[in-house]
Amino acid sequence: MATASVLDRREFLKKSAASGAGLVIGLHLPGKYEALAGIPAKEPAVINAWVHIAPDNTTTLMIDKSEMGQGINTALAMILADELDLDWEKIRTVFAPAAPVYFNPVFGLQGTGGSTSVRASWETLAKTGAAAREMLTAAAAKKWNVEPSTCSTEDSMVLHKTSGKKISYGAIAEEAAKLPVPASPKRKEAKDYKYIGKPTKRIDSKEKVTGTADFGIDVREPKMLHAVVARCPVFGGNVKSFDASKAKAVRGVKSVVQVSTGVAVVADNTWSAMQGREALQISWDEGGNAKNSSEAIHKLYQSRLEQTGAIARKDGDAETALGSAAKKVEAIYEVPFLAHATMEPMNCTANVRADGCDIYAPTQFQTFSQLTGARLSGLKPEQVRVHTTYLGGGFGRRAEQDFITEAVETSKAMGAPVQVTWSREDDTQHDFYRPSVMVKLWAGLDAAGRPTAWKTRIVGPSIMSRFFPGSVKNGLDDTATEGIATLKYDVPNFLVEYLLTEPGVPVGFWRSVGNSHNGYIAECFVEEMAKAAGKDSVEFRREMLSKDSRQRGVLELAAEKAGWDKPLPEGRYRGVAVVESFGSHVAEVAEISIDRKSKSLQVHRVVAAVDCGRYINPETIRAQIEGGIVYGLTAALKGEITIANGRVEQSNFNDYDMVRMNEAPQVEVHIVPSNDGPGGMGEPGTPPIAPAVCNAIFAATGKPVRRLPIRPDDLT
Amino acid sequence: MSTTFILNGKSTSVDVDPQMPLLWVLRDTLNMTGTKFGCGMALCGACTVHIEGEAARSCITPISSVAGKKITTIEGLSTDASHPVQKAWIEEDVPQCGYCQSGQIMSAVALLAKKPNPTDADIDDAMSGNICRCGTYQRIRKAIHTAASLQAGK
Repeated sequence: MATASVLDRREFLKKSAASGAGLVIGLHLPGKYEALAGIPAKEPAVINAWVHIAPDNTTTLMIDKSEMGQGINTALAMILADELDLDWEKIRTVFAPAAPVYFNPVFGLQGTGGSTSVRASWETLAKTGAAAREMLTAAAAKKWNVEPSTCSTEDSMVLHKTSGKKISYGAIAEEAAKLPVPASPKRKEAKDYKYIGKPTKRIDSKEKVTGTADFGIDVREPKMLHAVVARCPVFGGNVKSFDASKAKAVRGVKSVVQVSTGVAVVADNTWSAMQGREALQISWDEGGNAKNSSEAIHKLYQSRLEQTGAIARKDGDAETALGSAAKKVEAIYEVPFLAHATMEPMNCTANVRADGCDIYAPTQFQTFSQLTGARLSGLKPEQVRVHTTYLGGGFGRRAEQDFITEAVETSKAMGAPVQVTWSREDDTQHDFYRPSVMVKLWAGLDAAGRPTAWKTRIVGPSIMSRFFPGSVKNGLDDTATEGIATLKYDVPNFLVEYLLTEPGVPVGFWRSVGNSHNGYIAECFVEEMAKAAGKDSVEFRREMLSKDSRQRGVLELAAEKAGWDKPLPEGRYRGVAVVESFGSHVAEVAEISIDRKSKSLQVHRVVAAVDCGRYINPETIRAQIEGGIVYGLTAALKGEITIANGRVEQSNFNDYDMVRMNEAPQVEVHIVPSNDGPGGMGEPGTPPIAPAVCNAIFAATGKPVRRLPIRPDDLT
Repeated sequence: MSTTFILNGKSTSVDVDPQMPLLWVLRDTLNMTGTKFGCGMALCGACTVHIEGEAARSCITPISSVAGKKITTIEGLSTDASHPVQKAWIEEDVPQCGYCQSGQIMSAVALLAKKPNPTDADIDDAMSGNICRCGTYQRIRKAIHTAASLQAGK
């Protein structure tokens, strides 16, 4: 990514809603700092800034991540508040523009995903804060003619205790900005943190409870038009011809234009655009997927399951060990495609002009959005400004560029700012779905019931083949095998094969990605192994995990807190699962009851134990586990996207429903204190819930649940 | 044809297609974007407002049907988060992405007006029309109890 994006100083200051003075500090590369307050206000400069301190003593923190519920504004503010000794009430946050300095070191792109928000920012931001604190202290010491070491900082003030002098950061910031940036500023010790590690309330709640938080769909630019797009119902199909005369007759409709994904109806309000789309007559070239169906995909996967795949992991010799096993377990598991169903449907607002382009978007990947805007508008990337709004849910869906493309193309065609809004039906039927997979597993146990061999064959599509093709090598895509190929269970002969299989349905990142299906499959299969061995579910897993492992730690904690060894009330059943993902370990124990007459299930309680290493906000961990469980529970109980005649059969929440309050379990979260490196938290709560619930059903019925979503017949 | 109604205490007139749903009048005609679009079929509750004090899904409410009626939106509760339900939401750290919360709050306010001290079952009944994909349900439940206490002056 060689394009250096120029962000002028005035824009930063405008964004930070501060006047032109003060201290702006940031860094080009880890460890290299740059104070920029000396740059004349009108001169454009490559500003790589995270922090701005204004004369009124407010501190503006640039948020280089997308906020989609994970509480990143709060977490980053906590890091800065500790390292810079800020007055919590004086912190403001703004979302960073697209610029190389904000690249996420995990991806080499500016983006939010893979549960990296805190992990990717912690060190950089802590150093930036520590450097700013040293500079402010040095400037105050110089003013008072005292040694910097005799000064301290507190609540956005520099203090000199012996003389009783004090000065606000805002009052000394301009002087501080003239000082050299310390190369290795002194960091706080963990014992001195006021915020990091302590439960802290979100800083964005006020906006989010008053309806003033601006999501992408809330962008209102002057003279903005509203558009909806008619897309080919069959994946990969194109417009053959269309007749817009009836659409144009609809009150409020301004224009109808063809875009690369279909036909856009542009109106002065969203509803008119939707009415216009209803009246549109389009003839589609449905392409090669027109006869595709869930049955055809199922058959394709079944035939692939008979072949041998690329080897994702091989320990020992699983084939031979299976041949000599005292007992064998064999099963085929299946999961369907899933839509993301973010509450805020896809949308984007673009304003393409001859000299520049503004993109207002709830995007998870700013760099891609900028490059998409540049490619389609014919402008240079630095002429494309990406304004990241709040995201009404992301879950991986907003890593995609389809909604950006439509807005840029429509705005360019109209010569006006255009907001493209997707209906719920559009959102359900034109997603990049969680892959459907079919997986065959074989395990061998010795006479004592210890697993000696485990072989897994995974059949399914590859997300990375489209998203980051360079990362797919020798037919292997890590996102398709994670959750199984990454297992920590001690099985001496372990083989994982993958058969990359193209089903004709676009797939993408869905909260916890491969772990969402492989975590379910592995943990349900382990349960089948435990039953075959005649062992307790927790005990069987414990025996396969090394004594000091974090995985075993969370398993034991969840079991203890759930009262695993204590009897349950009549009609209640428990299931357990433990999954490692994104550097964090989560065990969940689900407690269920089954109404056999109505063949229905209630999940009453989930006890979760989490070890995510060092963390910022325990309150966020709780919230993310609670939410991850509800997200995964929808997939377990309800989620299924099916294909007929090349089309998605589901459309809205009537036929693609979500877990609602009456079905939501009470979740208890227990956090393991840890000094390990920070793990992710946005996704790891999701994978264990489906297997925990299915294993509870197995306990109740004696039958494993080998296919999601759970069906009424699984409950008898 | 112009339609007049009382929006957050103020008489408001719009000249739009009488069939246009209240949701889009609020969002696109009046630029009041606190009320959210989620499904367009009264299935998710994101667009919940009050019509004459009753929770209603604005996405399926033609503007002509609210002529002369009193409508309250999230903007009408308070702009400084001082309404007891908003306070409780902040206290219990309810929002995650926040998109559904306008609708959740409007449903909760309507519930508390009828049942100042609701049970968990009352809450589940009243709130199960509102989807939250971030899964904030148990915090919403708790926040409604907290709001009930705040309203009772406890």
